[in-house]
Amino acid sequence: MVQVLESARPSRRAYPVKIPRTMSDLLQKVAQTRDVEAFRKLFELYGPRVKAYMMRQGADATTAEDLAQETLLTVWRKAGLYSDEKGSATTWIFTIARNLRIDRLRREVSWQPLPENRDEEASDGPDPEEEVTARERRDKVRAVLATLPPDQSEVVTLSYVEGLSHSEIAERLSLPLGTVKSRMRLAYQKVKEAVEDIR
Amino acid sequence: MKITHHLDDSTLMACAAGSQPEAMAAVVSSHLAVCPHCREELKKHSLIGEALFESLSPVPVTREAPVVAARSGELGSHPQGDVTHELPASLKSALAGAMDQVPWRRIAPGVWHCPIQLSEDALGDLRLLKVAAGTKLPEHGHGGNELTLVLEGSYSDEFGTFRRGDVADLGDDVEHRPVADPVEGCVCLVATDQKVRFKGLVARLMQPLTGI
Repeated sequence: MVQVLESARPSRRAYPVKIPRTMSDLLQKVAQTRDVEAFRKLFELYGPRVKAYMMRQGADATTAEDLAQETLLTVWRKAGLYSDEKGSATTWIFTIARNLRIDRLRREVSWQPLPENRDEEASDGPDPEEEVTARERRDKVRAVLATLPPDQSEVVTLSYVEGLSHSEIAERLSLPLGTVKSRMRLAYQKVKEAVEDIR
Repeated sequence: MKITHHLDDSTLMACAAGSQPEAMAAVVSSHLAVCPHCREELKKHSLIGEALFESLSPVPVTREAPVVAARSGELGSHPQGDVTHELPASLKSALAGAMDQVPWRRIAPGVWHCPIQLSEDALGDLRLLKVAAGTKLPEHGHGGNELTLVLEGSYSDEFGTFRRGDVADLGDDVEHRPVADPVEGCVCLVATDQKVRFKGLVARLMQPLTGI
């Protein structure tokens, strides 16, 4: 059975569901002053999440822990390439974890570089208004995901969290490939509308 | 470069999720390198990944944070001006050189290919395809997902004209009859998500031409 976005819904677990905004600040500190204490805090927060992610992607606990270590080491090494104009700290760290998983768990080339030098239109420093928008955007995305019809949230979870390709999802759910893709499109359209609404 | 044919939302979603077969990822990243529109869309897809990642229930780790030395690593440097707007470095290295040195092999009259090596366990198929000016390919469908990125020249089919940078993102329910540009011909990068499917395509390409 697929766990359908179990944790996308607001829950009252012992763990914090939201990652505080200070994460970008921590990452900036790591980048700019090589702050070891800030790095340790990043590890405390992201290590367990990366481990959880790797396990959902099919890694055993030991491998998942190794990959969490390696992900955060990469964060340390490449922190200089991060800037908060280029997306949130979470997105950046998720991208590193995702690429590492492709490399190690699937033994394939990821082809997706880190978002380092792609932003032609980067702004001058963080804009407070932009920060509010970013938070609002994250809340919206979470809210939309929580209200997706089960058939749509199922394919989204299988793609992002379990790492299955279109055809693997089609096989897993015994659906035609076209159905899997159209459910993804529908789910994305809702997220996109909600996000574009903010502007 | 004016790009008019883009990636499907479901393809960008799989890209953001990192759940694409390697061959497809190669074409997607090559298109993204030249297409600001799809890069913007991908950012929105990444928001979904971020939300789902954040909402995973953490699994306690048993080891401490890795030991880092305060002065190691790449300190605060932002590489600037590297937006090359052409093929990504990974594809260039896979090609092992320039486009004019591709070791083409002829597979049918007016049609050449050059398979690109994927990782050992990778599903799917990635290859360059060169079609001589004005050559018509027979009508064919696709057994699964197929991505075609135009690198040089252009081709036209029922869906329009695909020029340099355009990508045709076709599902398994599509049939088309492409014709290469009458003057320049067409060079493209083609990925299918399963190996056997490309062989099937080649066989179909060959059929009317060789009479097999």
